[in-house]
Amino acid sequence: MSMVLRRLLTAIPTLFGVVVVTFLLTRVLPGDPAVFFASNPSMSAADIAAVREHLGLDLPLRDQFLVYLGNLMHGDLGRSVATGQSVAAEFARRLPASAELTVAAFALAVAIALPLGVAAALRPGSPVDHAARLIATLGASLPSFVTGLLLIFAFYVFAGIAPEPAGRLAPFMVEPERVTGFLTLDALLAGERATFAAALRQLALPAAAMALFALAPLTRMTRAAMIATLGADFIRTARAAGLSRRTIIVTYALRNAMVPVATTMGMTFSYMLGANVLIERVFSWPGIGAFAIDSLINLDYAPLQAFMLVMAAVFITVNLATDLVTALIDPRAAR
Amino acid sequence: MNALLSVRGLGVDFETGDGPVHVLENVSLDIAPGEITGIIGESGSGKSVMAFAVMGILDPAARITGGDILFRGESLLAMDPRRRDGWRGREAAIIFQNPRAALNPIRRVGDQIGDVIARHDRPPAHALRGRVEDALRRVGIPDPARRARAWPFELSGGQCQRISIAMALACRPGLLIADEPTTGLDVTTQAAIIALIRALARENGTAVALITHDLALAAATCDRLAIMHAGHVVETAPAPTILAAPRHPYTRALLASAPALAGSINELQPIPGRLPDLRRADLPPCRFAERCPRRIARCDAPGPLGLHEAAPRHLLACRNPP
Ligand SMILES: Nc1ncnc2c1ncn2[C@@H]1O[C@H](COP(=O)(O)OP(=O)(O)OP(=O)(O)O)[C@@H](O)[C@H]1O
Ligand SMILES: [Mg+2]
Repeated sequence: MSMVLRRLLTAIPTLFGVVVVTFLLTRVLPGDPAVFFASNPSMSAADIAAVREHLGLDLPLRDQFLVYLGNLMHGDLGRSVATGQSVAAEFARRLPASAELTVAAFALAVAIALPLGVAAALRPGSPVDHAARLIATLGASLPSFVTGLLLIFAFYVFAGIAPEPAGRLAPFMVEPERVTGFLTLDALLAGERATFAAALRQLALPAAAMALFALAPLTRMTRAAMIATLGADFIRTARAAGLSRRTIIVTYALRNAMVPVATTMGMTFSYMLGANVLIERVFSWPGIGAFAIDSLINLDYAPLQAFMLVMAAVFITVNLATDLVTALIDPRAAR
Repeated sequence: MNALLSVRGLGVDFETGDGPVHVLENVSLDIAPGEITGIIGESGSGKSVMAFAVMGILDPAARITGGDILFRGESLLAMDPRRRDGWRGREAAIIFQNPRAALNPIRRVGDQIGDVIARHDRPPAHALRGRVEDALRRVGIPDPARRARAWPFELSGGQCQRISIAMALACRPGLLIADEPTTGLDVTTQAAIIALIRALARENGTAVALITHDLALAAATCDRLAIMHAGHVVETAPAPTILAAPRHPYTRALLASAPALAGSINELQPIPGRLPDLRRADLPPCRFAERCPRRIARCDAPGPLGLHEAAPRHLLACRNPP
């Protein structure tokens, strides 16, 4: 377990670097937020200077950074210029929406990709193998927002079985009491079956669109890793020892194949967060991705910085989790 | 017929991109219970393919073209696949060269041995650990309780081979096939592994098929020797007979190329000429003919070349023996 500590410690400089970069990046981006904030023709130069002073923009860069760092330490992510809201509060509302979507899509993708990749590896060249390749190619060649639009067209516009792609819950539904922030889970916890069903229906299409995007790398890696492992000497030993087919495939082959697959899973999860930005737009999902786009357009620094920090933290966490899982599977990686 | 294992006229082809490879042809070999048989031949002569055919672990590209394999008189090829799975590991076992690769890298060695015991003997759960430790103790692993928890990468090559042997012999099979079990180990470890296999086989009455390039090693270890060349068994006889009175020209060439046969371990020198290309459709009945100093017209006459009894317990596949 010293490995966990070591990895956590090495994450600190990375995180600090990200803080520095996000700070600097927003300072070199075009546009003076004070001018934007004061974009009112009646404001005089003196007024603008006052705003600058209020925002701390007149301080030397180093002092600005220290102030920024100090605020971060207190969980103060600043204030959105566009909404006037505290960014921390905004993120607290939006992060669970993005997380629920990403986790659902990831779970769906893994649940399909692992069995599909294993089945394809067990019978290369079979119909299952071809189906796996087809799905993987489709997922890889279509950007996820295109898949999203196609799904909306097919299931909402054409078949009419999906709800309107307008957020997490139809406007007339009451949100369940907030526990996890995941509407589906919260609805279940509150015992509100109708709300659960409604939230699940809203979640289905965006999650499917994102899952399709993730299917390609996951299926391909599972298949390749399984084929490589099934050809290994120790599988021959296991077969020669008369071990059951199940033991050979699950305990011997799949566990070994999971080492590279776990790495791919981590990378895919991180990519999915990026794909989130457009999917949230297409489905009017009130997540942090949609918020980030708006902030970028408005040159709204504080939410952008927060978005980058959150993404960096997620990347670091996912990497750490990947390493942990790998170490759990493979004793050689634990050292 | 009292053979434990009887390979009868076995033929194996491999399907490849450019046609079939005729790897084994009309291979016959008997192994008696408790006997140690050396199977000797150059690289590519089909020793491993024969071993894998016996164990039923041939590559999917392999096709059995003829013959049969009997174990205690029962055909393995006709055996129901489910029973064959139970037969593997319980009645017959195999160890391979490169022992480290032969073990699952991410499973504790004790668990790997336990998998085999649990599969075939189904002992009650609380007894399994004791069985695993017994198996480790028998192959000379000190402190078995601790060693059972080791990962393969923590062990030396020689120790990994001991683990493989423990795994193979855990259910006390009647037959152990050792496919070049000492390749890649250092010389002292080689000797220790061979001595261990020999001792355990004698102790349990296990028959051993010891596959090796090393004629000197085989002569010192085995009761009988079978010489293979290009997918044929060309001569089998008790080890002393092979050494003192070999009949097949290939056996003679092998002996001549291993001058220091007096018990020392030494590498086989290549014989003049090469193994024929097994892809050829026009392989001669005697696959050694093209390298043979005693080749006569009769050697190339069509028709199968089988083993015949040259003397009691001495089988030979040669149309012009000296
Ligand atoms: N999967 C395969 N596909 C095609 N040919 C094969 C395959 N496996 C083995 N062969 C061929 O079968 C022949 C015998 O191979 P085998 O491995 O039995 O030799 P061997 O006597 O064990 O040699 P070595 O001493 O090098 O282990 C070789 O010519 C080899 O090329
Ligand atoms: Mg071999």
